[in-house]
Amino acid sequence: MPEDGTVIGVSIRGLYKVFGPNAAANIERARGGIGKAELLDRHGHVLALRNISIEIPGGGIQVIMGLSGSGKSTLVRHINRLIDPTAGEVIAGGRDVTAMSPRELRAFRQTKTAMVFQKFALLPHRTVLENAAYGLKVKGVKRAMRHAAAAEWIERVDLKGFESRYPHQLSGGMQQRVGLARALANDAPILLMDEAFSALDPLIRVDMQTMLLKLQKDFRKTIVFITHDLDEALRLGDQIAVLRDGEVIQQGTGQDIILRPADDYIARFVRDVNRGRVIKVEAVMQPLREPVAADEARITMGTSLEDTARFLSQSGKTVALVADAAGRPVGRVDAGQIMFAMVAHDRPSF
Amino acid sequence: MSHWLYGFPHIDSDTLFLIKHRIDDGFRAFTGAYGDGISAFFLPLDRFLIGVDFVLTKTPWPIVILAFAGLIWLATHAWRIVLSTVVIFVLIGLFGMWNDTMLTVAMVVVATTLSVVVGIPIGIAMSRSDVLQRVANPVLDVMQTMPSFVYLIPVVMLLGIGRVPGLIAVVIYAIPPVIRLTNLGIRLVDRDILEAADAFGSSGWQRLLNVQLPLALPTIMAGINQTIMMALAMVVIAAMIGVEGLGQPVLQAIANQYFTLGVFNGLAIVGIAIVLDRASQAYGRRLQKHIDVQHA
Ligand SMILES: Nc1ncnc2c1ncn2[C@@H]1O[C@H](COP(=O)(O)OP(=O)(O)OP(=O)(O)O)[C@@H](O)[C@H]1O
Ligand SMILES: [Mg+2]
Repeated sequence: MPEDGTVIGVSIRGLYKVFGPNAAANIERARGGIGKAELLDRHGHVLALRNISIEIPGGGIQVIMGLSGSGKSTLVRHINRLIDPTAGEVIAGGRDVTAMSPRELRAFRQTKTAMVFQKFALLPHRTVLENAAYGLKVKGVKRAMRHAAAAEWIERVDLKGFESRYPHQLSGGMQQRVGLARALANDAPILLMDEAFSALDPLIRVDMQTMLLKLQKDFRKTIVFITHDLDEALRLGDQIAVLRDGEVIQQGTGQDIILRPADDYIARFVRDVNRGRVIKVEAVMQPLREPVAADEARITMGTSLEDTARFLSQSGKTVALVADAAGRPVGRVDAGQIMFAMVAHDRPSF
Repeated sequence: MSHWLYGFPHIDSDTLFLIKHRIDDGFRAFTGAYGDGISAFFLPLDRFLIGVDFVLTKTPWPIVILAFAGLIWLATHAWRIVLSTVVIFVLIGLFGMWNDTMLTVAMVVVATTLSVVVGIPIGIAMSRSDVLQRVANPVLDVMQTMPSFVYLIPVVMLLGIGRVPGLIAVVIYAIPPVIRLTNLGIRLVDRDILEAADAFGSSGWQRLLNVQLPLALPTIMAGINQTIMMALAMVVIAAMIGVEGLGQPVLQAIANQYFTLGVFNGLAIVGIAIVLDRASQAYGRRLQKHIDVQHA
């Protein structure tokens, strides 16, 4: 649990970011609806974020997804104000981050946020242990205490025995686990992860995702996770926001985005995803019309279509009863519906 | 009419004479009024220098050699450098130049210490302000290209002849590399790592001490190495204004055409230069051990 026992939500409201010498003047053009390309061509300013509003509930994983240059890094850096907004506000735990004094901001970063970086950004001249303890050192925690806490986290991320090594003696995956330990040792309620796993190879990446999900079960932090990888987004995200050219074009759960893509761009994005693994059975089930028989196959809500299909084929049935967590039947699903939902429908048919 | 093309039409001689005189007179008046105060201001430097001189010349030579060997071992962990140091010092002693060498080493040590103490803060300030960098760079250029003899003149006018004026001339000549490379080293620090330091709420001081200076240290060490070499070169020139050490016999050799005397003392200077250069470079490499690999 975060040290003060609280879970902090973040809300981003009407956020704009214009890069360039005269950002304030160009914000009006952006509000007036000028496009990113036009603003760059005609006025020489980069419209990195336009009118972003996202409610990030405390204790969940919010994924921000989008292609390169869509503004993901810029957006996440507004939450701890590594970047100052041109307009709009960021409220964390009831306080406006954009209005904090330098001293308040430092205290906020020390106690309320921690960050994991794509390029790890470890201190090369410090050992693994010292790196993991860096956030605590900045806070002024005594040496013995911070090293004890850091050692605990190093063990949690499976790096026990490497405490006195230097970052360059570790593989990329191990370095990123040091980055994760450094962030988690800070014990802050908000965890910001900017493409934290993108530099890792696919197998290690999945391991790291598993580790994060496991840790999140125990610690329930508010995690803002940036990625350009849809599978990663779907695996980790309680909520996903999709950015394009600095604008949010869709927000919702992974399932929402797959079943109801807001536009062609997203539809193309989600086309190749393994839908059976993401879509849950309740999204396709039909309400109960006939009475429940005793010998019907039963599955619980929250089961993926893939698992449901496997279950049906193993039990030799074509219809299953869907029950809620308490075991009450709430609907039925048949193999045809599952098959229909598992393929995308925007492709040419054969 | 055409002769002005062949001789550059300069400001007429009387005016030039007057200008030079006015400036010199003004400077002399300033020295007359404040010279004593300025001398008093530099008194601690004199004490420092006398102290180091005393330690190096009055300590039994075996202890001095052992101490140097030990220090260099600590800094470099390289037996070869330690061994060459001992050999060079023994040779210098055998050829009767021990005392002068110790005086020169003392001067270099004090001048380098002073350059580092003054230069690093200036370099840090330059790294934080682009305006300051733009102002300071041309000044440093002038300091490095001005013939070293010219520094002797105002220093002598202000403080007379002796150890302290010599020290100041040496420091002025030798300080630019520390300043420049401190500035450069800090500016080259990886932005991602700085961002991480900020993200954890580091204050300006914490950033400087935990990230910027340690990561800039190899570059700063390269600057210190250059400063040591320049100080050593200037120590000889400063002999002209009364700095004791290996420079004095060299001057004497020039005046009297004593070729061998000149060569011996010259070689002693080369020997010290090799020791200081190798030792400081090896130390810099050791500092770099964990930093460089990361960048590669
Ligand atoms: N300091 C800056 N000055 C000017 N433009 C910038 C600056 N930082 C970012 N941008 C621009 O803002 C836009 C968004 O950049 P950002 O780095 O947030 O994208 P991203 O989604 O994180 O991309 P990637 O996946 O490549 O990391 C880009 O067009 C980029 O060129
Ligand atoms: Mg990015």
